[in-house]
Amino acid sequence: MSFNIVDQAVSGKADKSDVLVSCCKKEPGYGVKITVKSSVKAFYAKHIESLAAKSAEELSVKDMLIEIEDNGALDFVILARLEAALHKTGYGAGKNISGEICRDYFKPEFSRLRRSRLYIPGNNPDLIINAGLFGADSLILDLEDSVAPEQKFDTRYIVRNILTCKNNFLGSSERIVRINPLSCEYGREDLEMIVPALPDTILIPKCETADDIIEVEKIVKKIEHENNIESKILFMPLIETAKGVINAYDIARASERSVALCFGAEDFTRDIGCERTRDGRETFSARCSVVYAAKAAGIEAIDTVFSDIEDSEGLRKSTVEAQSLGFCGKGLIHPGQIKIVHEVFAPTDEQIRYANKVMQAIEEAKSRGAGVIALGSKMIDAPVVERAKKTLELAKKMGIETAKKEVR
Amino acid sequence: MEMIKNALGRMVPTEVNGRAVKPYAGAFADMVSGRRKAAPSIPRCFPGRINKVTNGLDQALDKLPLRDGMCISFHHHLRNGDYIVNMVVENLARRGFKDLVLAPTALFPVHDKLIPYIESGVISHIEGSMNGDVGRACSYGKMKKTATLRSHGGRVRAVQDGDLHIDIAFIGASAADCYGNANGVAGKSACGPLSYSNVDSLYADYSVIITDNLVPFPCIPWSIQGGNVNYVVTVDSIGDPAQIVSGTTKLTKSPTQLLIAEYAARFVEEIGYIKEGLSFQAGAGGISLAFNVYLAEMMKKKGVTASFAHGGGNSVLVKMLEEGSLKYICEGQCFDLDAVRSLRENNNHVESTLSISYNYHAKGCIAHMLDIGVLGATEIDLDFNVNVNTHSDGLLLHGTGGFPDVAAGSDVTIITAPSFRKRIPIIREKVTTVTCPGELIDVVVTERGICINPRRQDLIDKTKNSKLPIKSIEELMEDVYKITGVPEKVELDDQIVAVMEWRDGSVLDVIRKVKI
Repeated sequence: MSFNIVDQAVSGKADKSDVLVSCCKKEPGYGVKITVKSSVKAFYAKHIESLAAKSAEELSVKDMLIEIEDNGALDFVILARLEAALHKTGYGAGKNISGEICRDYFKPEFSRLRRSRLYIPGNNPDLIINAGLFGADSLILDLEDSVAPEQKFDTRYIVRNILTCKNNFLGSSERIVRINPLSCEYGREDLEMIVPALPDTILIPKCETADDIIEVEKIVKKIEHENNIESKILFMPLIETAKGVINAYDIARASERSVALCFGAEDFTRDIGCERTRDGRETFSARCSVVYAAKAAGIEAIDTVFSDIEDSEGLRKSTVEAQSLGFCGKGLIHPGQIKIVHEVFAPTDEQIRYANKVMQAIEEAKSRGAGVIALGSKMIDAPVVERAKKTLELAKKMGIETAKKEVR
Repeated sequence: MEMIKNALGRMVPTEVNGRAVKPYAGAFADMVSGRRKAAPSIPRCFPGRINKVTNGLDQALDKLPLRDGMCISFHHHLRNGDYIVNMVVENLARRGFKDLVLAPTALFPVHDKLIPYIESGVISHIEGSMNGDVGRACSYGKMKKTATLRSHGGRVRAVQDGDLHIDIAFIGASAADCYGNANGVAGKSACGPLSYSNVDSLYADYSVIITDNLVPFPCIPWSIQGGNVNYVVTVDSIGDPAQIVSGTTKLTKSPTQLLIAEYAARFVEEIGYIKEGLSFQAGAGGISLAFNVYLAEMMKKKGVTASFAHGGGNSVLVKMLEEGSLKYICEGQCFDLDAVRSLRENNNHVESTLSISYNYHAKGCIAHMLDIGVLGATEIDLDFNVNVNTHSDGLLLHGTGGFPDVAAGSDVTIITAPSFRKRIPIIREKVTTVTCPGELIDVVVTERGICINPRRQDLIDKTKNSKLPIKSIEELMEDVYKITGVPEKVELDDQIVAVMEWRDGSVLDVIRKVKI
């Protein structure tokens, strides 16, 4: 990674569930001195000190004062902050000091439910440690917009450690990392650090051409090869400019790893020079274009984030609209939004009942050996059957009891 | 000091500050037959226009038989806005009195000003409740004598049974007349009920009303009645209104707190308690308030009405009352201005004294009529014993409130808490201090698992097919240890700084000095 090695460096902050690590190089013969202040000192001070001592030893740190101000950080956070601060002073480049990488939770699935796509700022340990409890279909650990430039370096360590941690903090959600665009100085370094940590999916922001995806794929492939990673890490291109909308179909087809196109209204409205409004007329056509591009390429489309966490009715409306346009999910910024989105995307009892009727009619027709299938006065043709099957599959995936919805 | 093992296996003293005490024998095990309540001395009054208003606090104190070692009492209805406790103690200190016994129903950070008086011996010890820095001072052994901690119901009992004799009760009131009738619902310093001081006014040798709002006789409603009051003191202000109650209680945005509250409400639903006539009590913490909101939603959906909510009034309960999903609020305190307004204006929102609400040595109390009680905790152990007073490092930082009374009375007592706070696990092998015995705790709800007390096979059966994350408490403890690591053991000093009294007056546990 490209950065200047310094004599004094810090990482983290003394917020709840985080830790501030300061490293200061000293004259030869000073040795390694560690001081620990902590709000949970009575219980963990010795442990934290030994963690720091072990890390320093592992990285062969010499003549350094390591000051730790802890506020209840878990080990993966302490190690991330230690490693980042020490790295800045020139120790341990590329070496992961948090021990073995746990690969147990790496499960890239091309086709899965992606109704709720919850953003978590990558540099906020307090939010990350409970992120997996809320049943979001996908969790996005963000390295991009929610992270200030001066925090990008430190944040990668937190995100890498949460992905490789033996404790499963992310539940059964799809593990997505949003990298910075390759067009800026951070994107490539994000990939170098994150790909070996095996996220299920990489969310690629500000996609404007197919080349943006091809370039990411080239780098990812190389890192996968170097690290003997067998399963393919998936992609999720994020369209958030006018150019991206125009090239959406090419972007969607650029890699076989891409599972869905996402739309980002905030950057898009800025790009086209208009205000983002509540009813979203200014993005209507763009959103439709993204859906068509995705579907034409045989993948899913996911709608933009709904960012007012107080307005649950607004979220419901926006989700209903997204569904009606052909999106399979919404972007979210608070776990409290998940339930509403899942409710909207769940097939209704009526839809399930009808699907059951269709399937029953087919069975009956088959047993009679009839070629033409009718339900009441309506002909049942292939698309109707296909839709009924999809409804029941979706209901099953969502854990909705379909048998109970009796055929009437 | 002679120590004896109580029914929970905790070593407790047989006397506290010279008063003989019994070891805890069980939640409902004490034998009180034959004993009689304490009673105040007999006063007399004559017909005529009596004006009890003195020329300030000084004149009232001049008239009172003050002495070293006397017990003075206060309520905490003015919460963190209270001016009264500091005002009275400062005055008594100026007069040179020492060894005072302070009997507040609770203390707040505003009362940190008492610490120098504790250190200098003006206050010998506290009987009742303490938290924050005063609790910390107690933990560090700054109190001359041993403190006694009691629940709301336990305090009422102690006063009535004669274990805690109050010499002078000082009662802040946002409205009072010249005769001593007083309430907390009118005036600029309105705080809600004055119920915590009811027993004090009845049993203390002397009662003094302190008000910043003298109204014409009769002051109605009269939470405190003039027949029990000696003097009325007028001051510019009894408290800082901004700190007395918040405007409207804001609901938590913490996703974890919301999840815990939702789990608790879903648990209540799955055991079949979302039903007509439900009664419940949940505190004013973030999780409890959110629990109320989820409960209200479920009741609405099912079209049922709750009979009453007990405990602290707040805007969420008021909304339920006004929307018709709740018939009555019976409360001992208000947490926000909506509740104060509702108590003042709505006949179905009533003030309840602590004796009526929580007293075990009574012919009944409202807490014993509760279906569901939702309470918080700092620690819970594998026997379901709960600690709400001390942190795992032994520091005494929280009051008991009505916890043991609600836990004893509720049909289903639910503890809601995050599974760890700042890395410190909540489920432990043994709690640092027992505030409430595990036999009264039915369910523990955390964001990482729900544990049902094995004593409640009926609840285990009802939730057998639940999708809720139900697991054994041992399993949850291990799960959390995997995340947090096992904390180091904290060594405490041998010196006992406070005793934890059970509702019946027996000693449940002791709090030991924390090494600095």
